[in-house]
Amino acid sequence: MSLVTKLATARRKPGRWHWTDVAAYAYLALGVVLMFGPVLWLAMSSFKTQAGLLEFPPSLLPMSQQEVVVAGHAQPLPLFEVTMPDGSTRVLAQVRRIGIQAQMVDPANPAEVIRVAIDKRTPVREFKLATENYTEPLERFAFTRFLWNSVFVTVVATIITLIINSMAAYALSIYEFRGKNTVMLMVIGTLMIPITIILVPVYLVVTELGLVNSLWAVILPGAATPTGVFLLRQYMLTLPRDLIEAARMDKASEWQIYWRIVMPLAMPALAVLAIFSVMWRWNEFLWPLAVLTKTESYTLQIGLNAFQGELQTQWHYLLAMTVVTLLPVALVFVFLQRFITTGIANTGMK
Amino acid sequence: MASAEPAAPRGAAHFFAAPLSLLMRLVDWPMSALQRLIGERQMAYAFLLPNIVFFGLFVFLPLIINVVFSVTGGTALFPSQRPFVGGEQYAYLFDCGSFLDPNSCREDHFWRGVSNTARFTVFQVTAMVLFSLVTAVVLNMRIRARGFFRAVYFFPVLLSPVVVALTWKWILQRDGLLNAGITSLGGERILFLVDPSWAMFWIVFVSVWAHMGFYTLILLAGLQAIPADLYEAAEMDATPRWRVFWRITLPLLWPNMIVVIVLALIKGVQTFDEVFVLTGGGPGTATLMVVHYIYETAFSNQVQNFGLAAAASVVLGVVLFALTLAQLAASNRKGAA
Repeated sequence: MSLVTKLATARRKPGRWHWTDVAAYAYLALGVVLMFGPVLWLAMSSFKTQAGLLEFPPSLLPMSQQEVVVAGHAQPLPLFEVTMPDGSTRVLAQVRRIGIQAQMVDPANPAEVIRVAIDKRTPVREFKLATENYTEPLERFAFTRFLWNSVFVTVVATIITLIINSMAAYALSIYEFRGKNTVMLMVIGTLMIPITIILVPVYLVVTELGLVNSLWAVILPGAATPTGVFLLRQYMLTLPRDLIEAARMDKASEWQIYWRIVMPLAMPALAVLAIFSVMWRWNEFLWPLAVLTKTESYTLQIGLNAFQGELQTQWHYLLAMTVVTLLPVALVFVFLQRFITTGIANTGMK
Repeated sequence: MASAEPAAPRGAAHFFAAPLSLLMRLVDWPMSALQRLIGERQMAYAFLLPNIVFFGLFVFLPLIINVVFSVTGGTALFPSQRPFVGGEQYAYLFDCGSFLDPNSCREDHFWRGVSNTARFTVFQVTAMVLFSLVTAVVLNMRIRARGFFRAVYFFPVLLSPVVVALTWKWILQRDGLLNAGITSLGGERILFLVDPSWAMFWIVFVSVWAHMGFYTLILLAGLQAIPADLYEAAEMDATPRWRVFWRITLPLLWPNMIVVIVLALIKGVQTFDEVFVLTGGGPGTATLMVVHYIYETAFSNQVQNFGLAAAASVVLGVVLFALTLAQLAASNRKGAA
């Protein structure tokens, strides 16, 4: 609340309001609704029961009709609030509905059946989180498998990317050697060749290596990233050269200098690249879609896409699985958002 | 292992540091031996080798094979088993009565993809630049909680295309939130993803929604680099705000604007993920994109036509190359300015 009042009273200079200030805050408020709203709606919907999702117009919160177990009935019965002929209201459980008449019982006195016109009753609704949307897919589908595949791809690919990119960046920032410019040009060149234009031949290479339907087919092709090499090289160029010279005097091997001195100093840049890599890999879509054709090798994104084709009507599972997929990203956003935004602002790369 | 290293950092990087440390010690021995063999200076090549092998295997070699694919026919995957057909794939792709009318083309899906992608890119880049600019300017004003609002607009950038598409599919569906709003205002339900014009509108909207935060950041960085004394001088002269915007802000922001436009163009031409999940290229072929066509031709059609897909990717590659040259030219100008 205090934020709202602060925002409402914020102004450029005390006592001077300009209409652009008002417009700016209106625009920002709209932005909050438009940017967070859809995902929030998705998350709230994911806790609705299957019946709750079919309601139109939809309710804001996950509400569902209260049910009660009544002696003599195997299934739980739905509860209604009923307006009796004398004007009083009672809470009754519905046994069955015949045309415009409903047969109802008092849960406290199940023997007596009361007949009620259906327009005299309204369902008793309660706030209930349908957590089964989350637990059931775990048991019924290969969802845990997809989750594991995605985690495996993300972690292994990020480790490989960090190692080989930092090695290349080290060579390009510390040494003078023949062909350095050619290599730099090659790295720039790969920036211009996205996977979209070499889809078929990369598929051939991966097939020749015998990797189709293996997770390595997803991990390897994107492991060397020009963005990563650039980012790390720019950072390593700023490191003091005296440190490296001193280490060479002390008979440290080149590998030890790289690993013991340069890598720890480059940690800020490595952290940025690690975050980027995790995001890239977790969200990757086109290439895994092309190369993974067996269900057991699907990543989360591919599995989710396959589900939305098959489970057109089963939105309750689909929504819950979507929430699980975006959860790690939401956590990254909450904790590391500042890292990423400054990373992008500094490199102009995504 | 990591605890033995006092310099071990905290946070995300630390998570990867422990297993790496062990691996690195194992590599040290052969690398030191290599150094004794070839000398200190030559070690640069050893450090470069893994990255270059990956680039070669998964970028440069494929680039060459792509051209080979595009001039051969048949359904075999291995180039040696494919008969040479010369420019036949390209001729087939470009066999059109009129390039402006996809129906007059032999490969009408490709041209429908080209025309959809062109329209999508024009709308999307225009909207993207406009909204990123407005947002960046607003975020650059003297407002409270700037960090929070900046994060708000950036949030969707992190979401995966599948999540983005499903989030909006849920809102746009027949009984979705948007139609609930429309009917509560007394309107008729609209089948947004079944109507071709609406489908095009929504893929543009969703793609701007998902990516504008990224471009906003680039523009915001540009805005913050504009010297504050220029604005102070303008304020002393009591220059109207719109005039300040046209005469100071926009000209000084122009290099960043060009970067944004070209980057958005390059991404727009390659659009696939969100559209594929949201509309599947439909209704019919109303939102079929070029990359979607390539993917379908090579992988998801019953007859996998690698040659035709490769020819289409070479065409796409040429377009991207031209756009990238434009970007390089633009950033050179930025450096000179």
